Amino acid sequence: MRNSLSTPYLPKINRIMLKFDHVSKRYPDAGDALLDVTFHLQRGEFAFLTGHSGAGKSTLLKLIAVMERCSRGQVLLDGQNLNTASDRQIPYIRRKLGLIFQDYKLLQDRTVFDNVALPLVVAGYSHFDIGRRVRAALDKVGLLGKEKKLPQTLSGGEQQRVGIARAVINKPPLILADEPTGNLDPELSSEIMKLFEDFQQVGVTVLIATHDIALVERMGHRVLQLDHGRLVAS
Amino acid sequence: MLQAYLDIHAQALFSSLGRLARAPVTSLMTVSVLSIAISLAAGFYLLVANIQQLTGGLEDSNQISLFLKDQVTDDAGVKLAEKIKTFVHVQDAKVITKNQGLAEFREYSGFGDALKALDKNPLPTVIQVMPEHSLEEGPQLDELFKNLTDLQEVDFAQLDMQWVKRLYSIMELADRGVTLLSFILALAVLFITGNTIRLELHNRRDEVIIAKLVGATNRFIQRPFLYTGFWLGFSSGILAWIAVTVMLFILQQPIDRLSGLYDGVFSMRYLSFGEMMSLVAISSLLGVAAAWAVLCYQLRLTKPE
Repeated sequence: MRNSLSTPYLPKINRIMLKFDHVSKRYPDAGDALLDVTFHLQRGEFAFLTGHSGAGKSTLLKLIAVMERCSRGQVLLDGQNLNTASDRQIPYIRRKLGLIFQDYKLLQDRTVFDNVALPLVVAGYSHFDIGRRVRAALDKVGLLGKEKKLPQTLSGGEQQRVGIARAVINKPPLILADEPTGNLDPELSSEIMKLFEDFQQVGVTVLIATHDIALVERMGHRVLQLDHGRLVAS
Repeated sequence: MLQAYLDIHAQALFSSLGRLARAPVTSLMTVSVLSIAISLAAGFYLLVANIQQLTGGLEDSNQISLFLKDQVTDDAGVKLAEKIKTFVHVQDAKVITKNQGLAEFREYSGFGDALKALDKNPLPTVIQVMPEHSLEEGPQLDELFKNLTDLQEVDFAQLDMQWVKRLYSIMELADRGVTLLSFILALAVLFITGNTIRLELHNRRDEVIIAKLVGATNRFIQRPFLYTGFWLGFSSGILAWIAVTVMLFILQQPIDRLSGLYDGVFSMRYLSFGEMMSLVAISSLLGVAAAWAVLCYQLRLTKPE
């Protein structure tokens, strides 16, 4: 079961998964959110994105998910320039990403199974494949047997694991998590982080935005630190 | 892959129906309003169609009736008719003798008994002149009419076509009125459905955003809403058909009675099977079109951020 999740989908081998090249993002009313940010992530790398609130962490993640476009510079995801991606291409870019949110963003009126299956349904997988892969993903995050529950009947940690199962179900090469442990206690946070490390082990690139400095230091991965929109450490 | 595609469509078809069924009161109210609009259009259409059927037989009465002077005998009338037949633009001329006229009058007017009280036949000899079909209107017809009126034996002439023409003009007006009304009611259906879909989209905004974030194409997101539009239009079409049929059914008896008094010249016409199918097809199409228009506009505004 574990094997079906372990190999990420690799359409073409690009050693650099994500590249920010002198990227700035200016909002018309709020000013510069990101200023001249340059870094790259190798395939299979694990990195934290830290900084005070309002430092630009969320903006940076939004640029990768094409929820925003940068004002200057360019963002390359798996070799593809996101600046020039058309609206029509955006869904297919997002299928390369596993997005995880602080508020989980689960559909409250759907079962755990339906929530986790969503990326596969959207991508047009058959019923049979969906059932098999959803169970494998739920097994991986330790929620097998809770397929028929509604999200609100689960604890916060369990809901976040549903979110993670959904994010990895279609084997994306890059996982982006925005404060994934923001609403969880330290013990649950460690468990969630352990899951992310498992994904890295099998070649997935992981970028986690967090302000939990203690957790970041304890885990000892690469840290990208933002301060008022500038990258001050990478 | 095809199987998965069909799965997606079947899923959207039934999930949108299920969604409507889960809010039965709201759905029923929307469908009722829609079907009232549709049945109004269908009802007026049928009204005009029925009247047209009633007046359809009048097409042949493009004729000039010549009422001959009282002293002109039937024989003289027949001779005159032969003469008129040789006129240009005259297709045929037929004599109705005094006695024939009386018999016809007795049969159709219902005043037969009153006629017995008269000591002599008061009706004149009549010649019915059929102009050529090409002569529907214009100066040639006017000239023919004038020539016939000027004949010595003719008391007065009547162009039957005039009132038929008036009637047809009225029917044409009614026909166009119904088309116009149907158009306005179709717009109403579009707006009502569009607004329903817009509200539905608003209620499911989170779902749309999450679907977009996990890589759903606009087409995927649109699908269930398009099916919702289809179901609304489809069920309103069916309901409108039922409403119109029930209304006609209620009218059937008094109309039959009325028709009986006029020798059964009129039998009521219901929507044919083909008309029913087009009614349902048009309303379904309107539902889908309204949903599509709203989605095109709204989905561009619904961005994940």
